[in-house]
Amino acid sequence: MLGWELPPHNSGGLGVACYHMSKALAVAGAEIDFIVPYQAAHAEIDFMRVHGATPISPLERYGLGAYDSSMKLTRELGKADIADMHDMRGVQKRYIQFVEQFVTDHDIDAIHAHDWLTMEAGVRAKSLTGAPLIVHVHATEYDRSGEHFGNPVVHEIEQQALLLADRIIAVSAITKSLIVQRYKIPADKVEVIHNAVDIDGFVPHEYDADTYKYLAALKSEGYTIISTLTRFTVQKGLTHFLKAAARASEKYDKFAFLLAGDGEQRDELIRLSAELGIADKVFFTGFVRGKQWRDAYSVSDIFVMSSVSEPFGLTALEAAHYDNALIITKQSGVGEVLHNIFRYDFWDIDTLADQMVGIATSPALAGELRQNVKHEYAKLSWRDVATQCMDLYKRMKSGVAT
Amino acid sequence: MSKRGIVLYLHVHQPWRVRKYSVFDTAKSHDYFDEPESDSDRNNRKIMQKVAEKSYRPMNALLLKLLQTYPEFKVSLSITGTFIEQAQRWTPDVIESFQALVATGQVEIVAETYHHSLAFFYSREEFARQVSEHQQKIKELFGVETKVFRNTELAYNNELAQWAEDAGFTGILAEGWDPVLEWRSPNHVYRPTGTESISLLLKNYRLSDDLAFRFSNKAWEQWPLTASTYTSWVNDSLGEGSLVNLFMDYETFGEHQWADTGIFDFFEEFIGSWAGHEDRTFYTVSEAIAAHQPEGELSMPRTVTWADSERDLSAWLGNTMQQEALRYLYALEDDILRTNDTQLIHDWRALQTSDHVYYMCTKWFTDGDVHAYFSPYDSPYDAFLYFMNVLRDLRYRLHAHHGTGGLHG
Repeated sequence: MLGWELPPHNSGGLGVACYHMSKALAVAGAEIDFIVPYQAAHAEIDFMRVHGATPISPLERYGLGAYDSSMKLTRELGKADIADMHDMRGVQKRYIQFVEQFVTDHDIDAIHAHDWLTMEAGVRAKSLTGAPLIVHVHATEYDRSGEHFGNPVVHEIEQQALLLADRIIAVSAITKSLIVQRYKIPADKVEVIHNAVDIDGFVPHEYDADTYKYLAALKSEGYTIISTLTRFTVQKGLTHFLKAAARASEKYDKFAFLLAGDGEQRDELIRLSAELGIADKVFFTGFVRGKQWRDAYSVSDIFVMSSVSEPFGLTALEAAHYDNALIITKQSGVGEVLHNIFRYDFWDIDTLADQMVGIATSPALAGELRQNVKHEYAKLSWRDVATQCMDLYKRMKSGVAT
Repeated sequence: MSKRGIVLYLHVHQPWRVRKYSVFDTAKSHDYFDEPESDSDRNNRKIMQKVAEKSYRPMNALLLKLLQTYPEFKVSLSITGTFIEQAQRWTPDVIESFQALVATGQVEIVAETYHHSLAFFYSREEFARQVSEHQQKIKELFGVETKVFRNTELAYNNELAQWAEDAGFTGILAEGWDPVLEWRSPNHVYRPTGTESISLLLKNYRLSDDLAFRFSNKAWEQWPLTASTYTSWVNDSLGEGSLVNLFMDYETFGEHQWADTGIFDFFEEFIGSWAGHEDRTFYTVSEAIAAHQPEGELSMPRTVTWADSERDLSAWLGNTMQQEALRYLYALEDDILRTNDTQLIHDWRALQTSDHVYYMCTKWFTDGDVHAYFSPYDSPYDAFLYFMNVLRDLRYRLHAHHGTGGLHG
């Protein structure tokens, strides 16, 4: 298993998904060597062997900007300096060298590589061992860059790996269609396996009313709190979200909007909320983790996922767990596995505004959405994901690739 | 002794579907039922024209042919006011074809609420007005009086039977549901508890649903069903009684079961094979009641419908959105009626059609059986959202009319 991160050293959902998937696979009988690009003790992981491929610390690795599509990348791996651990390509080169050595020294049945960061290593491992390569796509460069083409180097790495992979797993039908349309991969080579959610893993959380005291006060006066928790990048569609917030406020004034997170678009969003005349209704928290993160869900009534392109979107399930009604764009994969939600096209601000007002003004609607979605996400299990992956491995091993 | 016979009763209905109506339309436009997207399933005109082509025209042609060929063939129809309005507007030939059926003298029209509403459970006065409105419309269009009553979704209880008797009806229709019938057969006429003279006809749901739901199901062990097999089932069923009441949606023929399933040929053959025998016949609902004395008394204190495995009203009133929507709607009754504004009153009544709350049903979503959700909306939540935006517009119009009262959000 080739991955970029594992909790607690994760910057996003990729690490969480890799962790739970591996755990469920181990239970299902898989023996896993998981290779990460940093050195750190994963004392709590006893179901697989975790190997650090480079000497950098998890903190240094955050700084590489794996999710920032505007970063500078050297196209040629050969020109990358393995001594330069501040350069993404340098780190990747070291990672690949480690993987090459590892697969030469060990007997492996399959290579399972997660996202572009480890795809080159996966391709190298396949060519050295002849073992089948499964490329697991949690996000493509198109998703990371919003509506733009994205980083050409990353795109090319993805393109090569998708072509050379024996099998591709996409985390949603949306992602599959991107892979088929934008990367011209035959549809029958791509399987959709939706992510799941680990309900037991949700930290038992006692809401701390002090964290968002002002919002809590508004709430007690009958305000509806609408939140989104995300990185502030173009991909997340937050300018549309703010415009819809302004539109909704024309019809109903007891709204407060909580934008939890941080990112390159932050200043633009602050400026936009002022231009729209709703600056006093919009609350920017900055980067939140842990308790503040969970408190943000807790104080919120409605969670909006406004993404222009979201391969899955695990945060929506967390928000549902903390009693939010969900509004999710049709361009977000998580919407494929939930029905008791509102959906809209990311650009359709009137529809989003209508849905916001509708929930805020009807206790029955809010209550039904909140309760009913809980039955749904509770059924999503990593065990089912593991079953599907094991089935895929077995088919590849027996030579029946499709 | 009267002959054994089939009572075929078909229910004809189309609702006025609410368009995608947003909060930004509220207080601005009142065209709730005019979906602009021409290929949307919320577009009433499109649906009417489609179902006319697939079902109403071919089935009425077939019925007329069969009525003319077999003088003993009889049919009972209930035709809602909301259907009539839409047919008059977009497919007037369909109305004429129904008139031709009634003119044979072998077709009876059954009474119901004009707006296919659940008003009985919310306002008896409004309910009675809608039944009268329907009777007038039927009289005007077909020149006949109605004598037998069926409530929306066949929602029935003892109180309804007592109301129908007081209103002068000689018969009433209900579901022949086993937990109520226990050891008894649905193939008899019954007398509802607490009534003196009205007769109760019960749907034989097994034989009815063989056509309405199972006919084209290839996973059904009886598929493909032939007319001779079905004739023998009906005949066997009559061994335990005098009537087989086949009650179903008219749109079974051509819309729920498409022509390519063979439903029309099947039906023609079945009617032909039943006709022309000395010992059996067809009845309209009134004829069935006149020819058979009640076998005994039957009590249904709790409401029974013809829907789902539960046979209750949960598909319409099962969740809080549905309850809230109807509570708000009926709360407007007095204020709406005293405006004497015909258009406003009409719009309010068109929103009472049970289909609107049916589209808000979440039970299939929570059961995970999403495919059972038949609706022109993306989800029950969208259906509720548009409905509530319309309801607010009704309040706005009321407010504008009376110049008093708040808008309540």
